[in-house]
Amino acid sequence: MVDAAFLWGRLVGAQIRSQAQYRVSLVLEILGAFLLSFIDFLAIVVIFHNTPRLAEWDVQEVAFLYALSSISFALTDLLIGHLDQFPQKIRDGNFDIMLVRPRGTLFQVLGSDFQMRRLGKAFQGAAVLAYALTVLHVHWTIARVAVLLISVPAGVVIFASVWVVFGCMAFWTTDGGEFTNAFTYGGNFLAQYPIDIYSAWLRRFLAYAVPLAFVCYFPALFVLGKHDPLGLPRALQVASPSVAIVTTLVAGCAWRFAVRHCRSAGG
Amino acid sequence: MRLEWEIAKRGWRRYAAYPLATVAGMFTNTIFGFLQAYILLAVYRHRTSVGGYDSHDTLTYVWLVQALLMTVYAFGWQELALRVRDGSITSDLSRPLNAQRYWLAFDLGRAPYHFVFRGIVPFVVGALVFRLHYPNPIDGVVFLVSVLLAVVASLGFRFLYNLTAFWVLDVRGVMMVALTISLFFSGMIMPLTFFPTWLRELARALPFASFLQTPVDVWLGQYHAWELGLQVLWAAVLLALGQVVLRRATQRVVVQGG
Repeated sequence: MVDAAFLWGRLVGAQIRSQAQYRVSLVLEILGAFLLSFIDFLAIVVIFHNTPRLAEWDVQEVAFLYALSSISFALTDLLIGHLDQFPQKIRDGNFDIMLVRPRGTLFQVLGSDFQMRRLGKAFQGAAVLAYALTVLHVHWTIARVAVLLISVPAGVVIFASVWVVFGCMAFWTTDGGEFTNAFTYGGNFLAQYPIDIYSAWLRRFLAYAVPLAFVCYFPALFVLGKHDPLGLPRALQVASPSVAIVTTLVAGCAWRFAVRHCRSAGG
Repeated sequence: MRLEWEIAKRGWRRYAAYPLATVAGMFTNTIFGFLQAYILLAVYRHRTSVGGYDSHDTLTYVWLVQALLMTVYAFGWQELALRVRDGSITSDLSRPLNAQRYWLAFDLGRAPYHFVFRGIVPFVVGALVFRLHYPNPIDGVVFLVSVLLAVVASLGFRFLYNLTAFWVLDVRGVMMVALTISLFFSGMIMPLTFFPTWLRELARALPFASFLQTPVDVWLGQYHAWELGLQVLWAAVLLALGQVVLRRATQRVVVQGG
């Protein structure tokens, strides 16, 4: 485990150094992503231009949800966003090369393409979070600080697991990559808004079965000390880390199952 | 015209070759449609009309946009840019057919495929779950004309940002800017009717409203004839600009190797 982390560090470190060679280009790309991401947030501002509250939530609270989801999603994208290009690796036979190397295949995929420019989106999420926290007047307790701090890594793990599970589809359908988008980009879109606005079936499917509600909805209820409009047990509000562990196990099994059934597409 | 027809057929076939990709895309459009529908419906808990749209208009908007996204290829197209980068553009330029005409014909073959196979199913799913607005026969026909104009205008725009590949090595940055701005101002993320007045006026003055907002407004019967005129104008302007830039670009092509 330590050994793997060390190796991952070296692989990613080499990529960071290579991207840092073109420093101006890198800074511009990060800055560009940072600024452009605000257009995304503008959509929320536009909604609240038309209504003072979205269900039980005001604009600062939705900004908080948006920020938490954006940070987690952007960091996930940074770590494994290139899983989107994975079907191509299967199609052109590059995945077969990974199979004969003395490391896990998922590990190799994860360490293969680390793009610093994706940090821009995470910085934007952090900026929105800073704004939300200054205007929200949160009554801070140690527990709330702890839940907020842990919600980002837990969110990253949940998003990443979802990405891996649905990315596994590529082993069977090399041209069905867009299916995964519904759960990854769609998941981020869903998590940016309070889940009580969705109808029950969509919530069951995308917020609980695919546990996207644990990325920021439940942690946000806890941190903001908000009464849950859905009246669910309070224990769920601190359950994100446990859910993250479960999703990791599921993702690991799914990946192993998929690789075992992998038929090479040529190469 | 015969040549263009043959190219268009290839445009259709290229995308028809990946039926599974089409199914996956339909599924994703449908999920996004539901998410956006419920988000915007929540706005209507506090009011009955936003900028002239009642809740049924807005739901119709959401599902039409999901249906038309691929038809107008809103998520970015970089085939031409890639051909510039790997040099195969030189063989395109040596053909006795203008590159823009080639891609326009190709795109007019692709668009009907996406309209039928990516558009109809998500819209029908939306129509089964929500009460939507349907056009009278005349508006229905005008809608099809408006979609056609949207495809041409959008190709004009896509062609332009692809041509930047002649000047910059990596078009990714240009594409990112082009996509973010065009998606927001075309009404893909939020109907332009939801925008505050000044932002709406700005959006209406830009070409992007012609890609999605105008066809949808035609379907809803909330349009003026000049809006279609504006679509024609933008299609013409963008295509003409594309020709000018293409001519400038070809003057500086340096072919290396053989």
